[in-house]
Order: sequence, then C-alpha cells, then structure tokens
Amino acid sequence: MAAVTTRAERIGHPIAIVAIIVVTLIFLAPILWITSTAFKPRAVATSVPPTVIFQPEVTPFVKLFTKRVQLREQPTQEVYDAAPWWEQAIFDNGERVLRVRGNVQPSQYGNRFINSLIVAGLSTILAVGMGTFTAYGFSRFKIAGRDDLLFFILSTRMLPPIVVAIPMFLMYRTFSLTDTHIGLIILYTAFNLSFAVWLMKGFMDEIPKEYEEAALVDGYTRMQAFFKIVLPEATTGIAATAVFSFIIAWNEYAFALILTNRRAQTAPPFIPSQIGSGVVDWTAIAAGTFLFLLPVAIFTFLLRNHLLRGVTFGAIRK
Amino acid sequence: MTQVALDHVSKKFGANVAVNDLSLDIADGEFFVLLGPTGAGKTTTLRLIAGLEKPDSGRVLIGGEDASSWSVAERDVALVFQYYSLYPRYTVGENLAFPLKSRVHNYSADEIAQRVDTAAKLLRIDHLLDRKTDKLSGGEMQRVSIGRAIVREPTIFLMDEPLSNLDAKLRESLRSELKDLQIKLGATFLFVTHDQIEAMSMGDKVGILHDGKIVQVGTPFEIYNQPRDRFVASFVGSPAMNLVDVTLADGKLSAGSGLDVALTDAGRSRLSGHEGALTLGVRAEDVAVDSEGVIEARVHHVENHGVEKIVTLRTGDQLIKATVPAISQYAIEDSVRFSINQAKLHGFDRTTGTALTSG
Ligand SMILES: Nc1ncnc2c1ncn2[C@@H]1O[C@H](COP(=O)(O)OP(=O)(O)OP(=O)(O)O)[C@@H](O)[C@H]1O
Ligand SMILES: [Mg+2]
Repeated sequence: MAAVTTRAERIGHPIAIVAIIVVTLIFLAPILWITSTAFKPRAVATSVPPTVIFQPEVTPFVKLFTKRVQLREQPTQEVYDAAPWWEQAIFDNGERVLRVRGNVQPSQYGNRFINSLIVAGLSTILAVGMGTFTAYGFSRFKIAGRDDLLFFILSTRMLPPIVVAIPMFLMYRTFSLTDTHIGLIILYTAFNLSFAVWLMKGFMDEIPKEYEEAALVDGYTRMQAFFKIVLPEATTGIAATAVFSFIIAWNEYAFALILTNRRAQTAPPFIPSQIGSGVVDWTAIAAGTFLFLLPVAIFTFLLRNHLLRGVTFGAIRK
Repeated sequence: MTQVALDHVSKKFGANVAVNDLSLDIADGEFFVLLGPTGAGKTTTLRLIAGLEKPDSGRVLIGGEDASSWSVAERDVALVFQYYSLYPRYTVGENLAFPLKSRVHNYSADEIAQRVDTAAKLLRIDHLLDRKTDKLSGGEMQRVSIGRAIVREPTIFLMDEPLSNLDAKLRESLRSELKDLQIKLGATFLFVTHDQIEAMSMGDKVGILHDGKIVQVGTPFEIYNQPRDRFVASFVGSPAMNLVDVTLADGKLSAGSGLDVALTDAGRSRLSGHEGALTLGVRAEDVAVDSEGVIEARVHHVENHGVEKIVTLRTGDQLIKATVPAISQYAIEDSVRFSINQAKLHGFDRTTGTALTSG
C-alpha cells in the first residue's frame, strides 16, 4: 500500500491542498478578524475597509478587565507620570480607570468567565460520566424496550430547546434555581446527556465484550472489569464526547440569558451586555470574545489525538 | 471423580439452538477434547461452563455442585478465548500478571513475578514481556492468551481452539507442551478444536459435537475405530472414511454401478443380519491396491502426502480413496485392482446413519 500511488491520487493531491486551504481560510476568517480586533487601537477597530496592518496593543484587554469612566478633564502631568503603563493607555483613550480608595475596580468579565468554566466544566463531567455508564448498560445488557428507551432519550433533542424556555423559567423560579450555578449545571447536563449516551453507545459497541469477559474469568467483578478494561478503551470516545459537550455548554446563550443575570451569569450573555453601557467599544468586546474562544481551543487541542480517532471511529477499529 | 459436568443443558439464541440437551462428564485430571465442525456449539459449551452464558435449561456442575448461581469469578475457571482477547493497553507481562492480581487469588508480588516468568518461558514469549499486545503477531497473541490461563491453578482449563493460528511446527510443539503441562499439573482440561489431529493426539477422551448435540464420547481409539454413526465416521480421520451406499443380498455387496463384492467370512461376521440397503464405510488404509484385488478400477486422482500417497480410485460411478506407500507410482487413468479389508468394514443404517457394526 505504501509505495503504490495511483495517477488520480497524484493529480488530486495539489487540488486537495488548495481545497483544504480555502476551506480552512473560510472557517478561520471570522476568528482571525475577532482576534485582530482584540489587539487593535480603538480608532481603527471599525474602519472601512478593515485595517490589516496596525501596531498591536493590549489596551483592549485592560479595558475588558477594568471599570472605566469618561475623562472630564485631562489628568495632571504628575498623575499621568505616576500611573502604571496600562493606566496611561486608558488615559490616552480619553478614559480613566475607576478607583475606590486607590484600588482599581475590576469589571465583571473575570467572574463571568469563571462562571462559564464552572458551569461548562461540571456539566460536561456529569453528562459524560453518566452518559458513559448509561451507554455501557445499553451496550452490554438485555434491557426490556432498549430501542424504545434509546429513541426516547434522543427525542429530548428533537425540539429546539428554546421552545421550553417559559416552562423552564417558571420551574426554575419555583425551585429557586434562577441565577444559580447548580441550575445551569443541571440544565446543561440534561442537554448533553442524550447526546453523550448516543455517542458513547457507539463507542461501547465497538469495544469487544470479550475483553471484559476475560477479566470476569480472571477473577474480577464486572465493576472492576469496567474500570480496568473498558474505561481505558473508551478514552477516545470519552474525549470526543467531552469536547462536544463542553462546546455546547460553553457556547449556550439563550438559557444563560433567561435564567441568570448576576451571580451565576456566564460569559456569553455578559459579553454583548457591554454593548449597552455607554459608547460601544468593539475592541474590548473583541478582547472578551477572543479570551472566550481560548478554553475550547485549548481543550480541543489537548484532546486532538483522541478526537481525530474519535470522529473517524469505526473506520479505524475492526 | 467428576470435576465438571453438564446435565441436559440447552441454550438457544433466538430460534437458533446452539446447544441441545447436552450432557457431559469431565473427570478430574482428564484431558477432554471437544471436537466438532464450525457452528456445532463448541464455544457456547465453554461459555456455559465459564458462566458467561446462562443455560435455558439444565445444570452446570462444578466439583459435583450445582454452579448455576455462581458468578463467573466463583467458578474459578481459566478460559482461552477463540478470538484472543488480550487487554490491549497492557504489555504482555501485565496481561500475564492480570489474573494473579485479582483480589480473589491473593498472590504475593514475588509469586506473581515467578509465575509469569515460568509461563512465559514455557510458551517462549519471555522476550516479549515488555511489548504492548497490539504489536504481536497472531501466534504470539495466542500464546499470551494461553499464558494468561496457565499462570494460575483453576478448577478447569477451558481452551477454545488455542492453537488455530500457529504455524504447523509451533502447533506441534505446543500440542505436546500443553499435554505435558496438563500431566504435570494433574489439571483438568476441556480443549475445543475442529482439528481432528489435535483431538486424537491430545485427548484422553474425545467428545464429538454436532449441531449442539454430543454424538459420541470415547477414547481417540474408540472414536476412530468404532464410530457410532455416519457423521463421526466421516468427520474423524483424514482422508475421510469412504462411504458407499450399497445393497447387501445373498452375501454380496453391490453398489448398482459395477461395484460388486462377495463377503468373506470376516465381512459376513460384521454385517450379518443387516440384509438390504445400508451405507458401507471403509477407511482409506483398509483399501489395498494390488494386482490380486477383486475389484477393477481406474486411477482418478493422486495426492502426495509425503509419508504416503492417497489415490482416488474410480469404479463405476463410485470414488474410493486408498492410501498407498509414497514410493508407488500411479498415473491418472491407470487401470488398477483393489480389495477391501473386510475385517474393518463399517455398516451404517441408510436412513438414520447409526452404526450397525461395533468393535
Ligand atoms: N451470541 C450469539 N447470538 C446468536 N447466535 C449465536 C451466538 N453465539 C453463537 N450463536 C450461534 O450458535 C451456534 C453455535 O455457535 P458456537 O460459537 O458455539 O459454534 P462453534 O462450535 O464454536 O463454532 P466455531 O468452530 O466456528 O467457533 C452457531 O449457529 C452460532 O451462530
Ligand atoms: Mg467457536
């Protein structure tokens, strides 16, 4: 197989490369745009046509993490010289950083970001954990009405979630779950569970049952066999399921907007909420969006090997 | 003493009967071979004993006790799977140690190392101990699989065609090594194979399985020389026993088209009382090709097997196989004569296939 290349393969190669580059650029364009805006001076952020070459600066990030107000009068030279570089950059923008008794007032972005990490992270762990066990059960045991149950589980994903927004809101209010982390975690876990069960069942079916049977014969309980043999074999599937679940929970906007407003609010509804307060500063919003993209990118990057095998599963295993 | 027994066990998969009212006794320290064609239910039988399948009816007895309610681990059997199922993320050494590390057994670290070492040396895989199992050849995997069974001392070793993926030489040496091991340990083996040479050379007892039923249980000698029915006769032995539909009348066997043989005293004593239609069975080594032979034939085909040749003879529309010494020369369509060793004749009922002759 190694040495033999057909004519079609040789001709197809450059075309394939061009196609891959074009598609990649199309997908990356918005990300490149938002990334460059996150480092742009405010003056050129919304210029038409877009400025491509500029002196990058980190001022947008300083703005993102601080509370600021418009300058009414220029600071004295003394004050300006005494300020750290990042505060000077804010002065240069015609704003000043809000200080209370000398302490810089942080914006809410950090909190919202941490909320996002907590909610998306925990709901992913719960959905993938429960999904893995459930899928194992469906894959290995005779369960009365198995196919119906599986269909029922999937059917929870058959309508747009927003359809149930009002009943959800009322239920959450009744149970005092609005604006709580646990509320969002429960919701996102429920969202992702059906998906995790289906995905993991595919992976579980791929793992030969002889592996566990051998472990049973070797004197292990089914539970031990599951943890020692099945789980390590399922890591690829778990990684793939975790990435997808995390992305869905991380990016969820509608329910976060409806069910949270302060304490437990996640980043997605928070970022656009800045638009409403005073002048729209697109560079700060871009900086927030840029940082928001990072966790998913890092998570996906860390699991990339598993993921590649995961999305092509079935093609690789026999 | 009976170590493992099946008592009227049946197992169905849907409408498909895999094991049908099967009863079996395996004595302590016995090397029992279960021989049968593909789909006969051999694997299912092993899985029933191991507890990986539950019988629909009947009981599995281990050490004389009903094991129905015992878990797989409690049955304490070792099973070599037909499709090797080595733990893929472990090295060969870890695979071998895995059964010993179970809490059920409680071996010390030293003892584990020593047992793994012994098994690895025996199976000649000691140079592979640090290798990951997905980097092994099929034969190496199979040996690791056997190794994982023999590191411990179970009530019974269940082996599902463990030698099927090995080359002829390795198979031969492992055959005798497994047999030696069994004798040395005094262990009970239930060894599944569809290879009759394995069955005949290793088994203290051989059970022939066909369509989920045990057709015959006996020593290799009994199975070969006193097949209980036409299936056993045709399944055991290589080449397969010649089976010819004949009619016996007035002390003469005739097969309609040319084949006419008068019974000698030896033949008459074997077939007496079975006048009429029957199936005649003759092994190839009981067919003698020589110029004195009473039956005329032509050479249809010649196969060279090294130590001997197998000649297919055509007489009328019947084809009869005979073994001849390797040095003899026959060309296709040569005219030859042959005779049958009538003391070794077998007769089978034409409709039921049951043996009419015995001993
Ligand atoms: N899990 C199963 N589900 C359905 N049918 C099965 C299952 N296991 C075995 N069978 C059927 O039961 C019969 C006996 O199968 P078994 O695996 O015991 O045969 P075998 O003698 O081991 O054959 P082989 O020599 O090919 O391994 C076959 O017809 C097979 O198709
Ligand atoms: Mg089998």
